[in-house]
Amino acid sequence: MTEEQQQIATLKASVEHLLDEARQQGADAAEAGVSAQTGLSVTVRLGETETIEHTSDNGLGITVYFGNRKGSANTTDLRPEAIRESVAAACRIARYTSEDPAAGLADADRMAQEIPDLDLNHPWDISADAAADIARACEEAARTADPRISNSEGATLYTQRSSFVYGNTHGFVGGYPTSRHSLSCAVIGQQGDDMQRDYWYDSNRLPDQLAAPEEIGRRAAERTIARLGGRKLGTRSCPVLFRADVAPSLLRSLFSAIRGHAVYRKSTFLLDQVGEQIFPDWVTASEDPLKLRGQASAPFDNEGVATRFRELIGRGVLQGYLLDSYAARKLGLQSTASAGGVRNASIGSSGQSQAELLQQMDTGLIVTELMGQGTNLVTGDYSRGAAGFWVEGGEIQYPVEEITVAGNLRDMFRNLVAVGTDNDVPGSIDTGSWLIDSMTVAGG
Amino acid sequence: MTQSLAIARETLLDHQGLTDNHLDQVMGRLLSRRVDAADIYFQYSRLESWVLEDGIIKEGSHSIEQGAGLRAISGEKTGFAYTDSLDVERLLSAANAARAIASAGEHGATPMIAGSQPPPLYAPINPLESLTEAEKLELMRRADETARASDPRVQQVIVSLVAAHDTVLVMDNNGQISGDVRPLVRMNVQVIVEQDGRREQGSAGGGAREDLGFFLHDERGNGYAREAVRQAVVNLDAVAAPAGMLPVVLGPGWPGVLLHEAVGHGLEGDFNRKGTSAFSGRIGETVASPLCTVVDDGTLEGRRGSLTIDDEGTPSGSNVLIENGVLKGYMQDKMNARLMGVEPTGNGRRESYAHLPMPRMTNTYMLAGQHEPEEIIASVNKGLYAVNFGGGQVDITSGKFVFSASEAYLIENGRITTPVKGATLIGNGPEVMARISMVGNDLALDSGVGTCGKEGQSVPVGVGQPTLKIDELTVGGTAAQ
Repeated sequence: MTEEQQQIATLKASVEHLLDEARQQGADAAEAGVSAQTGLSVTVRLGETETIEHTSDNGLGITVYFGNRKGSANTTDLRPEAIRESVAAACRIARYTSEDPAAGLADADRMAQEIPDLDLNHPWDISADAAADIARACEEAARTADPRISNSEGATLYTQRSSFVYGNTHGFVGGYPTSRHSLSCAVIGQQGDDMQRDYWYDSNRLPDQLAAPEEIGRRAAERTIARLGGRKLGTRSCPVLFRADVAPSLLRSLFSAIRGHAVYRKSTFLLDQVGEQIFPDWVTASEDPLKLRGQASAPFDNEGVATRFRELIGRGVLQGYLLDSYAARKLGLQSTASAGGVRNASIGSSGQSQAELLQQMDTGLIVTELMGQGTNLVTGDYSRGAAGFWVEGGEIQYPVEEITVAGNLRDMFRNLVAVGTDNDVPGSIDTGSWLIDSMTVAGG
Repeated sequence: MTQSLAIARETLLDHQGLTDNHLDQVMGRLLSRRVDAADIYFQYSRLESWVLEDGIIKEGSHSIEQGAGLRAISGEKTGFAYTDSLDVERLLSAANAARAIASAGEHGATPMIAGSQPPPLYAPINPLESLTEAEKLELMRRADETARASDPRVQQVIVSLVAAHDTVLVMDNNGQISGDVRPLVRMNVQVIVEQDGRREQGSAGGGAREDLGFFLHDERGNGYAREAVRQAVVNLDAVAAPAGMLPVVLGPGWPGVLLHEAVGHGLEGDFNRKGTSAFSGRIGETVASPLCTVVDDGTLEGRRGSLTIDDEGTPSGSNVLIENGVLKGYMQDKMNARLMGVEPTGNGRRESYAHLPMPRMTNTYMLAGQHEPEEIIASVNKGLYAVNFGGGQVDITSGKFVFSASEAYLIENGRITTPVKGATLIGNGPEVMARISMVGNDLALDSGVGTCGKEGQSVPVGVGQPTLKIDELTVGGTAAQ
């Protein structure tokens, strides 16, 4: 048995033990998850090693059901007495929660029958010194890319390996090891009194698939330098291009608005929109939880339900909500294996490169940074702080900052003009830049 | 020895079978390299939360977090490791990992001493046990009923109740040992109202370093319910917010999130040591209008952001950040204070044993000024009056900050008129602070709801301010003026 298989076997035994303990304390049903994670994070700043952090996180969570009443507990302390205390606390809580017909495990016939190997585990045995060398190379590339790079917040290499097991009293128990590695760099540029910071990063399941340190460093420097000399923009309405690195936040707003919990609470502007046209008819969006080596891949959701590829938007029409078993029961629907969220989402491009999108926009705003929490999912009202570039004649003219972009998500989705082919951004959401026909831009 | 320290020693050492001898051994291991400073942070916390939704008690949860974080510092370098198991072998192995940052050599251990601790700002109580389960649920049900009874348009009510009991013990390389027992309670009511197919939300809550009886005093819990409904109903009538530069009047209390974002983060010692803040190297310079005096005060009794000692054992302080517009000082933890040649200010905080401490705010607020709030409103011909906010964010390097209003009104001819839909406000910290032209005499602190995030770590904080007027600020609405 490999070290990982050994660890998974140990965690499975803990889950079985937890479920037994819950049954002994009188629970009719129970589910439990146990995880163990170790990692190394090394930061280099101005060429010197600044921090070496050894991470080690263990956790266990249990939910018990007495009929339709539910109680939960979790702990980072995995000694037997803390586990007993946790199970007892969950059972005690379940004596006080209300009968809730929607509460309970996901349906037994939806449990994942087999657990495909999604090739998610490629641990990196790297020493702190070797990690520091990579981070140093990354920061060095950023600092030497341009004389206006005046300071640095450093570069960080982070590597972690995790094992996770989930089980419930349907008899389901499943788990697998995963790894994740990232390299990031943030530098500061100065031009006169103007000081700007920006960063870049990459993240991957496989260490040898990470972008070259020098490439990440150079890109961090380029992004920082491009912000120098930012101007404010007069208040106006204009087309707005959300660049590929900020466009995922619009998809995340869509996903939050179609979460089953928001739907049954009627706290979403996309209430009762399944089967309705919410995007132009060329738009398709989907999730692919079973993608090999995917950043958000998982063979089963947080309730043991088998995951599968799923179309979320087809020909611009909302195909369904994101449902865990609770929200599904509240709405009289079936779970969509969405406990834990959307996994490896993507939106189809309309075919234009970024240069073509700028030509199509002609005059307008490129948004490269969004700030603040100004998204109201109940009404769809959207008003965020922003920075980016002003475009005229399809060409970038100058950087802009200290502005806001505002509109309503319903209109922004419905009036989406194009999605570019220019996705070069790491992460679990695959999208190019979004061109939106018109938004209100406020500035000086 | 204070009662808090005695409880912390009993919980984190005696109950784990750890002795002073063990601690000396672990500290000795950390100090067996050439380090400038080191500490061991022990934590034991219990948290309980309940959620009411659809009129029923839907969820309850109990959490245990326990472990120790070990840190060794050499110059500007930090080695850090932690363990969730408090046995001496695991502590020694974490010490080995943390000290690897430093080169060979010996620091030399110092015998342990109990430091002189300031008087506690809150009682060393366990708020989880301060009410019976039946009383906790009754408190939540009453808030639900109050919300539903206060307006027929209420469609959904979600009430949450959280009690946390956090015990910490920190030993530093001078042998000083300090302990703290930190109660924290929080209650929140969120409602959705509907009228003619239009839905809006409102949310209100509060909290303190007290027991759960706090929410029964003065009917606070029911007060949150009424306040959440009031806000939601106001928003039913809200029109599109204006877009562009306008005079903005901020109400008292929670709008103090302005200070937290516009100046607070930029005055944290780590950014200033590294020279990455828009306020770096500006001590003694005018960075705000002379009407502004801003303090960070961790010594307010029972407040959410208060700490008897910070997470490095330094007593929290009342620190003047800006006095009459002039920058006076930064907020410091021990490491940044040492590297900048100043004293720590009691702002060394961490989310948990599994996170490194850094300079963080406690309760940040502006002192009261001379004006009646009514005079301030009356001075504005056309502007925005914002009284409630979702939250904010700042880029400390450029100084740009945003915060998003959840309740705001137009001011027309010196009077508060129509409510407007959540507008985002954006500005540059030092520039906006310079444009504060009137400060009210109505200083208020927030109700105890703030959580601040920095580098992935969340800590409870407070904010506050009197009513104040900013002559010009960018308002990000959708309505053309």
